[in-house]
Order: sequence, then C-alpha cells, then structure tokens
Amino acid sequence: MGEMVISIQDVSFQYPDQTAFALQDVSLRVQRGEWLAIVGHNGSGKSTLAKMLNGLHYPQTGQVTIGGLTLSEDNVWAIREKLGMVFQNPDNQFVGTTVQDDVAFGLENNGVEQTKMKERVLTALQKVGMTAFLNQEPHHLSGGQKQRVAIASVIALRPDIILLDEATSMLDPLGRDEVMDTIRELKEKEGLTVISITHDLEEAAKADRVVVLNEGSVYTEGTPQEIFQMDQELLQLGLGVPFSVRMSQLLADEGLLLTQRHFNEEELVRDVWTLNFTK
Amino acid sequence: MDIKLHEVEYRYAAGTPFERMAITDVSFHIPSGEYVAIIGHTGSGKSTVLQHLNVLLKPLKGEIDIGSRTIAAGRKEKNLKEIRRRVGIVFQFPEHQLFEETVEKDICFGPMNFGVQEEQAKQRARDAIRLVGLPENVLERSPFDLSGGQMRRVAIAGVLAMKPDVLVLDEPTAGLDPRGRLDMMEMFASLQKKNGLTCVLVTHSMEDAARYADRIVMMHKGRVYKTGTPRDIFSDRDSLTAIGLDVPETIRFQHLFEEKLGYPLKHLCLTPEELAQEIRRLRGDRQ
Repeated sequence: MGEMVISIQDVSFQYPDQTAFALQDVSLRVQRGEWLAIVGHNGSGKSTLAKMLNGLHYPQTGQVTIGGLTLSEDNVWAIREKLGMVFQNPDNQFVGTTVQDDVAFGLENNGVEQTKMKERVLTALQKVGMTAFLNQEPHHLSGGQKQRVAIASVIALRPDIILLDEATSMLDPLGRDEVMDTIRELKEKEGLTVISITHDLEEAAKADRVVVLNEGSVYTEGTPQEIFQMDQELLQLGLGVPFSVRMSQLLADEGLLLTQRHFNEEELVRDVWTLNFTK
Repeated sequence: MDIKLHEVEYRYAAGTPFERMAITDVSFHIPSGEYVAIIGHTGSGKSTVLQHLNVLLKPLKGEIDIGSRTIAAGRKEKNLKEIRRRVGIVFQFPEHQLFEETVEKDICFGPMNFGVQEEQAKQRARDAIRLVGLPENVLERSPFDLSGGQMRRVAIAGVLAMKPDVLVLDEPTAGLDPRGRLDMMEMFASLQKKNGLTCVLVTHSMEDAARYADRIVMMHKGRVYKTGTPRDIFSDRDSLTAIGLDVPETIRFQHLFEEKLGYPLKHLCLTPEELAQEIRRLRGDRQ
C-alpha cells in the first residue's frame, strides 16, 4: 500500500432545511499518485464531497484528512494549497485578461515573488501545452484550451492533488480528449494524485479505481473492470456503462456467445468473432 | 411550421473594429415535424444559427422564412412576439433562468407574458410539468429547492407551456447523469413523434444525433459543411474527422467488426441495438 494522501472518515453532512443527508457516513481513502473516479447520479452527493475536500463545506460529523492535515477552519488555506480544483464551466473560472495573467493570479494571491512567478507561470503552461497562447484573451480559446489553462492555474500552485469536478462535461469530444490526455501526462510525469468526479463512463473507465456514490453513501468501489461488470445494477442507480460493456450485453441478449462482458472494443470484436463466426 | 435559412450571414460587433464573422452563407431547411440535429465543434457557429431561429439575432445578409413570415437583412422587423412564442428555445443550462417563488409561477410567466389568462396558464403548467415527468406537487415548491435535474425539467416545462411549434434545444442534457440524459432525450423524441413538435437539437453527442435525428446539419467555421440523413453523414467518416468530429461509437464498432469480417455489413447501424441484431442475423446466415 502506498502513502495515503486523503482519508475521509465517517463523514456526514446535511444542508440547512433539508431532511435527507447529502452525505452519510462516507469513508474513503486515496493513495498518492492514484487516479480515483467518483461516479453517481445527480444528487448522489458527489459535489458536496468535492466541496468538502476543498474546505468549502466542513463535515458535521467525522473528519477529512488531506496530506496529514485534518480539515478545519484554521488550516483550510494550507489544505487548499495541497488540493486544487477544476470546475465544470470553463467560462466561470477566468479572472485574468490574458492567459498568463490568469495563471499568475493564484500565485500573486499566494505572495510568490515576481521573478519566480514568471517562471512558474511559464512552466505550468508548458505542462499543459499552452505556451503558444500566453497573451491571448481566455474567452477566445476553445473549451478544451480553456480547461487546460484552468489546469495550469491549479498546477502553478504545485498541489499534490487535483480534483476535477465534471471538468469535461461541457466540452466537445475533442476537447474532452485534450483535457484527459493532459491530466494523464501530469499524473505520470509529476506524480499528481487525480480525483475526477464525472458522468462520463469512458472517463471513469480510465481511472485506477472507481467509487460509486448513491444517495449520499458509498455504494461500492473497485477497479473499473469490477464496477462495470455490474451493468444492470449500475443502470438502476441512474448510471450507465461504457460502450463496450453495453455492446457486450446487447450481443449476449441476442444470443451471441461471449466469454465475458468486455471492456475494450477490440477484445469484444475478437471474442464475438472467435466464438461465433469461425466454426 | 417550416423554417428555411437562405444564405444567412451574421457578424458580431458589426461596424466596429472588433467585428468578427460568426456565420456566412448558411442555408438549410427545417421541415415541419422533423427532428434536425446541428453538429460541429465549439466555435463552429451552431449557437449563432440557433439564435436566428426565433430572431434573437437578425441576419446581416440573406433571409429566413419562419412559417409564413420572412425575416430579411436590412429591414426593421416588428411583431416578433408570435415567432418567439411559436419557436421555443431551451438554452444551455436553462435552470439558471429560473427566478420565481414557485415552480407554478415560473412556468406561468411565459404564457402570461404572451397574453394567456392566469387560470389557463395554470392548467398549462400542470400539463407541462407532467410532460417533463415531474409530479404535480412540485408546482407548489420553490424551484431553488429542487435538484439540478429537476430544475432543468422545470425550465423546459416553462418553454413547453408556451405551446411552441418548434422546440430548439442547445445541449439540453449537459451535466445530467446518464439516466437523466436518456429520460430527457426520450421525452423530446416523444414530443416530436406524438405531439408533432419540430425539434432542433444542437449537440456534441454523435450518438444522440444518430439515434434521434431525421436530418443532420454539420457546421464548420461558420458555414454549413454538409447536410444529410444520419446514414449519409455517418457513412463518410473522413469528412467528420476533417472537422474534428467522429462517427458514433456504434459505427466505430461496426467498422472494427467489418475488418474481421472482410466485407461491409448491408447497412450502417445507427444504434447499438440495431448493430447487435445485425450481427445476430449475420451469424444465422452463415450457419
């Protein structure tokens, strides 16, 4: 087992004037360098959990520990240095008039000196492949480019963990791939820990581990392979399954022979072919 | 109600140093009762086209026929209210536009603005809330106490309560979970089939375009790149990838399967269900 960077222990949370708990007895652990996907239907508690990891909410019972610090109002700023967030709407997270100003904003807030700041802005933009756009106005960028700048703004602060709150849901397929490739590279090269809250099953399928939330509680967790074997159950939870799993199911329903529910299109084609067309 | 665009052009900030071409030479036809999908990547002009459909933007060149009205460049247009009622637009994240104290008031706002009496508007609110699949008791609640998915449905109910002939949808399922997305897409399809609504869907989802649309308009760099049925559009993968799009997953899978098979299937399958049946049939034929 690697080093734990996040530990959530029996956390519950209830919004004012609501009878149901938004989160109830949630416990989770995240290892350094891991990519964890959190999936769940609308209202399952995903966003509440995200806000709790960044000190925008505090647990009413239980505790959240990030990088060895137990979240409280006293150390929330230290925790925000460790965990950076990228939000859903690319247009809601720009403050600067140019790409480089925007990335510099967070550093300025953290009192980084001018000379160091310049270098860190440049390095961050290099890591997301956006140095060609230094002096561009952010609103002229495509959705995928905007999200890459948002990611640069986060990594310029050198967090250990990056949390993506449906960060690709407003992008076109190309923009989505662009952002996911950037994150994967950062994870591998910089050893970043990634938590992605998502409805995109193909995205969840690429994570190391998937946690399913349902009505404020952890329903189950496992590798993507384990999780997507429970296809019918996932549909009942308001979730879906990746395309190849769904296609496996439909082919099996039509009476075609398969060794298992496949996770990968090439493997599925091979399996369908070998068991049904070569005899 | 048919809508026809003839060589429509629009530039933002026209006549200023910041002038920027948004769409040019855009011509296509939305036949009454059809389901038309507009696809194209971010910045291709989809949203600009959409705002012309109920004259929120007026063409700087060309003209648009909306039912019996013609909106032409360079003319003052009056009495657009009837067009705005008959062409209902559901913008992206329409729940951000909710503002009233109760869901009922929010849904009634549109129809009453168009002169419908209160009692009748309330009846429409009840009908609309049922159409979007919410229980009637939601009407008494504050829209802000509802979940994101429910708020989205309320906002759509507000548009439906105006009894539009044409429903224009800009990425209506963004941010919804997979089941919410499916329910909502099925709801629009049934409104189109059962209630005879014309649907115009702006989407990034090739799967939705393949499954629901009768006709697809591909936009690229402010122009119409191609129009056709889903089978026309998706049988030419190269022209899709050339403008940063791709075929739906089902068709990608079909191609993979055809590589093994060594020859193409009889036709292009637009949904996974159709493809699974086709593969079963093929196995039957070969045995």
